[in-house]
Amino acid sequence: MFAYILKRLLFAVPILIGVNVITFALFFMVNTPDDMARAQLGAKQTTPEMIQSWKVENGYDNPLFFNGDASGFGKIQETLFVQESLKLFVFDFGQSDSGRQISADIQERMGPSLAIALPTFVIGLVTNIALALLIVLFRGSRLDTITMMVAVAIMSISGLFYIIAGQVLFSKVWHWVPISGYTEGWEGVKFLILPILIGIFAGIGAGMRWYRSIFLEEMSKDYVRTAKAKGLSDIKVLFGHVLHNGMLPILTGVVVVIPTLFMGSLIMESFFGIPGLGSYTLDAINAQDFGIVKAMVFLGSVLYIIGLILTDISYTFFDPRVKLS
Amino acid sequence: MKKDILMKELTDQEASIVLSVQNLTVLVNDSPLINNISFSIRGGEIFALVGESGSGKSLTSLAIMRLLPEALRVTSGTILLDQQDLFQMPEFQMQKVRGKQIAMIFQEPMTSLNPVMKVGEQVAEVLRVHLKLSGSNAKNKVISLFDEVGIPEAKTRYDWYPHQLSGGQKQRVMIAMALACEPDVLIADEPTTALDVTIQAQVLKLLKEIRDKRGLSILFITHDMAVVNEMADHVAVMKQGEIVEQAEKHEFFRNPQHPYTQKLLKDAIPSHSFKPEIDSKTLLQLTDLKVHFPIKKGLFQRTVGYVKAVDGVTLEIKKGQTLALVGESGSGKSTIGQAILKLVDSTSGSVCFSNIPKKGGEDQTENPLEQSIDLTHLTEKQMKPFRKKVQVIFQDPFSALNPRMTIDEIIREGMVSLHVGSGNKVDQDQRIEELLEQVGLLPEHKKRYPHEFSGGQRQRIGIARALAVEPELIICDEPTSALDVTVRAQVLSLLEDLQQKYQLSFLFITHDLSIIPAIAHQVAVMKEGKIVEQGSVEQVMHSPKHDYTKALLSSAPKIFSDFI
Amino acid sequence: MSFVWLWTDILVWTLVLVLIGAVRSIRRSEHVRKQWFHILKSPIAMSAAIILSVYLLFALLDSVHFQYTPSSTSSSSESSTVSVHDQGVLSLLDVILPHLRTQTERTYSAPFATHEYSSSLSYDESGSVFQVYRPLKFGGQHLTGKHSTLDDVMVKTAVPFLFSCVFIAIIFTIHLGWGFLQTRGNYIDYYENQPKPEDELPWGAAYLTLFLLVFLFSWFYYLSHFYHVLGTDKVGQDVLYQAIKSIRTGVLIGLLTTLVMLPLALILGISAGYFKGWVDDVIQYLYTTLNSIPGVLLIAAAVLMMQVIISNNSGWFGSTEERADLRLLFLIFILGLTSWTGLCRLLRAETLKISQVEYVTAAKSFGLSPFRIIQKHITPNLMHLVLIALVLDFSGLVLAEAVLSYVGVGVDPTTASWGNMINQARLEMAREPMVWWSLFSAFAFMFTLVLAANLFSDRVQTVLDPRRNN
Repeated sequence: MFAYILKRLLFAVPILIGVNVITFALFFMVNTPDDMARAQLGAKQTTPEMIQSWKVENGYDNPLFFNGDASGFGKIQETLFVQESLKLFVFDFGQSDSGRQISADIQERMGPSLAIALPTFVIGLVTNIALALLIVLFRGSRLDTITMMVAVAIMSISGLFYIIAGQVLFSKVWHWVPISGYTEGWEGVKFLILPILIGIFAGIGAGMRWYRSIFLEEMSKDYVRTAKAKGLSDIKVLFGHVLHNGMLPILTGVVVVIPTLFMGSLIMESFFGIPGLGSYTLDAINAQDFGIVKAMVFLGSVLYIIGLILTDISYTFFDPRVKLS
Repeated sequence: MKKDILMKELTDQEASIVLSVQNLTVLVNDSPLINNISFSIRGGEIFALVGESGSGKSLTSLAIMRLLPEALRVTSGTILLDQQDLFQMPEFQMQKVRGKQIAMIFQEPMTSLNPVMKVGEQVAEVLRVHLKLSGSNAKNKVISLFDEVGIPEAKTRYDWYPHQLSGGQKQRVMIAMALACEPDVLIADEPTTALDVTIQAQVLKLLKEIRDKRGLSILFITHDMAVVNEMADHVAVMKQGEIVEQAEKHEFFRNPQHPYTQKLLKDAIPSHSFKPEIDSKTLLQLTDLKVHFPIKKGLFQRTVGYVKAVDGVTLEIKKGQTLALVGESGSGKSTIGQAILKLVDSTSGSVCFSNIPKKGGEDQTENPLEQSIDLTHLTEKQMKPFRKKVQVIFQDPFSALNPRMTIDEIIREGMVSLHVGSGNKVDQDQRIEELLEQVGLLPEHKKRYPHEFSGGQRQRIGIARALAVEPELIICDEPTSALDVTVRAQVLSLLEDLQQKYQLSFLFITHDLSIIPAIAHQVAVMKEGKIVEQGSVEQVMHSPKHDYTKALLSSAPKIFSDFI
Repeated sequence: MSFVWLWTDILVWTLVLVLIGAVRSIRRSEHVRKQWFHILKSPIAMSAAIILSVYLLFALLDSVHFQYTPSSTSSSSESSTVSVHDQGVLSLLDVILPHLRTQTERTYSAPFATHEYSSSLSYDESGSVFQVYRPLKFGGQHLTGKHSTLDDVMVKTAVPFLFSCVFIAIIFTIHLGWGFLQTRGNYIDYYENQPKPEDELPWGAAYLTLFLLVFLFSWFYYLSHFYHVLGTDKVGQDVLYQAIKSIRTGVLIGLLTTLVMLPLALILGISAGYFKGWVDDVIQYLYTTLNSIPGVLLIAAAVLMMQVIISNNSGWFGSTEERADLRLLFLIFILGLTSWTGLCRLLRAETLKISQVEYVTAAKSFGLSPFRIIQKHITPNLMHLVLIALVLDFSGLVLAEAVLSYVGVGVDPTTASWGNMINQARLEMAREPMVWWSLFSAFAFMFTLVLAANLFSDRVQTVLDPRRNN
């Protein structure tokens, strides 16, 4: 197991380097340090000297990929790419345009992001699976057909609609919950309820349909026939056999998401004024703060890779056929 | 114990009927799949329901269990189990019948067990549901059941998962599960079809022992007449949803009434005449052929060992003759075929193909001095001239033809690729029509798609495809094992005709010993990548030398009939 | 007047040509034709297909652009004083709906309103100030006071209703006549023996849907001459016009993104699955890397970069339309580049499976080249997966456009799109009283398209996915 995780972590390195190449290419080759300097120094007359001194000040004075001036290994090492990337690997994200430490900001904002994302994820998952199992019990009936129609309708409505309609109804018209805001601790629950409920509801259509199709596929397998031939009732077949087997394909799609919950939701957080990583990213995008966007891209990739490893590990718990080696 | 005595008494006095099916009809979209069938099974009797695929025999068993797929409807009929009508029961009551009074085992032991549940638990579940046994009681009972069905180390096997057991052991687990609540009737739906012949013999023996010991009745569903002969007390033959004949076993084999039954029996009985051995030139010579697949492990994918699929095989295929390669699953017999075709790389050894000039010496393009060429070292380009000389026919007629291509496209492909015959499309069309007629199809079939044909017809198309490039050797990889017995006989005789007509050589890969006399001149028996015995058919089949060959021959179910 | 071909216009018409080609090849293959009949046999799928075609029709009408200069004899010095609405790049759709484009009000007005939504200060002759709801310039100005708005609308509904009835009658007659000609032609024997597959299609549902759509749009069209049917927005633009113009953006993003993504997914997925080895490793590495970057962030980063390029090189673009179009095109490319991984993975897995199947082995034993095997044996057997993925992705992409525009990395703010409408209108919900119609219209138009697409894709999946055929 340990060897396996080590191996997977080693495999992650080239992927993260790839991510860095992509982000680096996007941010530095399109928007070169010269452009950045010009943008930072303002549209006024900028002399090459001013640009050069800005670059030295901000540590952007090395070439992009290959440093002909340096010697030996430094030809590669003393380049913007290597220096910028290496910093990322130790989670040193540098400063944002507003002069704050990005790493500190991220640590601070993870909490609020999780406060929304985690309950939405957990309650949503449980609700969807429970509903799907219920529908599978009534498969082929009119209830099944109608529920599936409703599910298609739910997933055809833009998530933005749920947010806006929810805010108008529950906050503006009925005044049940505040429209937006955030505080720490139990006080904050009143701010979280609406975004969590909306998040769950928006995902119910697609989720329920997906899980239903997985369970239905399991229902057609041979071992289900064996279980029925044993004299088990439908409910026992469903909960005793189908649920566990159905969890296997579900794991693939679900576990990988768990680490990325830290990243928060761009839309939710900005609509509800939650000071999490989602709204942080969105603000950075709107303010064109490349440092933050870059940091979030890297963080997102790391979390995704952790998710992949977690998926594999989770299989060892749910599927006796899988052994990691 | 009491039950045993009771059952014995009943058998003594010409036992009473345990299960009776009366006028059963099952429809799908208003067309009948089972049409008004009736039969009854006595206590302690093995009742064989025989039929080819699609005859409705499996559906009958599912109808008895009330487990038919939802699209199917039972429109008439009653099923009486100990005077109770199963169709009148509410579902919850039926659940008490399933597994307790009627138990069932299925064809595919690989997929019939829940892959993520311990096998012991799966058996214990039945005991918990029906007998309300708890914890250790259930476990002890399961272990004793495992002992009874011959699972070694029952205590440790209890905690194993299905993937850790072999096919035969899985089927034993299924049997243990079925026996757990001491049912009155056991339905066995092709229980040994997916198993190797030696394992099949063991499972059949076990089922018989259990019947004798417990006196239960078995509804035995099968397509294999030899198995029927081994197992049954009473036989019913189904064809297209109807029972065409029912008889006591000896009567059935002695004197079959219905023409369909007669044909079925005739096709199932292996021929007793062996083909004469003709001395002819060697076409293909395998020398010490090895195909090893590396096993990679660890951080850096080091090769830690090899799967020796083929491990030093020496074989000889003669011009115009058939070599049958016999072996159980995993013996490496199919890998040999792939190695000859260079679809897998050989590790060492040689595959030498002899250039025997055709009559009249048309083959002037080949160098006459180069008598024999080792195929293993050829590049794909150098291999191309030999591709038309060696062709292949597959086991599964459903996956052997591309569903998106019409029949003429399928047959034409090889002719175009290997430049056989005229490049002119009109000539090719004519040749395709010829080929279709040769394999017993109609020229107008050529514009159709594979799904419009039956399994046997598809196998004929596969043969036509191979013939299209005028090969000298055809590798037949289990070409008849997916076919019904009547169709099998037709395909075999087609192959034989073609052999005589074109002096074709066949490498006939099979697990089925019964067809060997009908087709082969030579036999080689393969086990774990090695040839354990080879020789003429008569020699190997009548006086086997190697223990494994003897075991294989004695395991194969026999069929005898006075009717021929 | 001269045609202006924007990049997206060219692409969408190319796609239409490809589709026509596909339809022609479908007509040749009995098997595929049967499948399509089977798909359309469901009344829901039929209705959804008709709705989708109507949306596509709007998108296509809106994808023929030309430089429009007023045909008046006025000299060039005068033309600059002509209303800005009468010049510039227009589409066929603009020409069909000229009044929607030109009849703009001063500010907000509710649907069917005759006066502005909010009061404004006014001075009377005596100089005193008071609040009035100013009458609109166009909406409801034909009313003389004898009729209420409701009565007037009811009366005016009769015209589009009659029109739709006549329209449907004509279509029906053509349909019948065509069938009549078919049966009277040479095919008489053929059809007498075999029931026509067309006959089994749910024509009732088809005509009902068509009638409703024709009625709805002709009602919109007719009444929009007298009212702002869906109100006006902050700067007085007709909301109906915006919603209809947004159709092109939504449909194009849904369609063209797949056009970008498809070759990537097909080539890489099949190569990885067929050649295995290092090719597989490289391709897997590629998509795992791309997949690991959070989608929205990758799109955001790319769009941010594009904005930098555009602002640094403003000289590249002739007109705002061209710039907006290029931005749309770029967004489509980015969406395509980020969304191929899912299908690629699916195709790789399926190719791995198919290349083990015996008909591929047979092809290999015929010495067919890998390219031929992929072309003849593998690709055709993957097409159902591709089709399912395409129809599934369509609705997701339409929805994604709205979210991206909200995030600020969507289409150009000057491009009409539902995302932009929502983005601009979401603050209006906070107004007292609420201005809801912009938002409502955007969501309603988007919902109809996405629902139709989802229902259709559901049916396609049911019919084509072998796993769901049990």
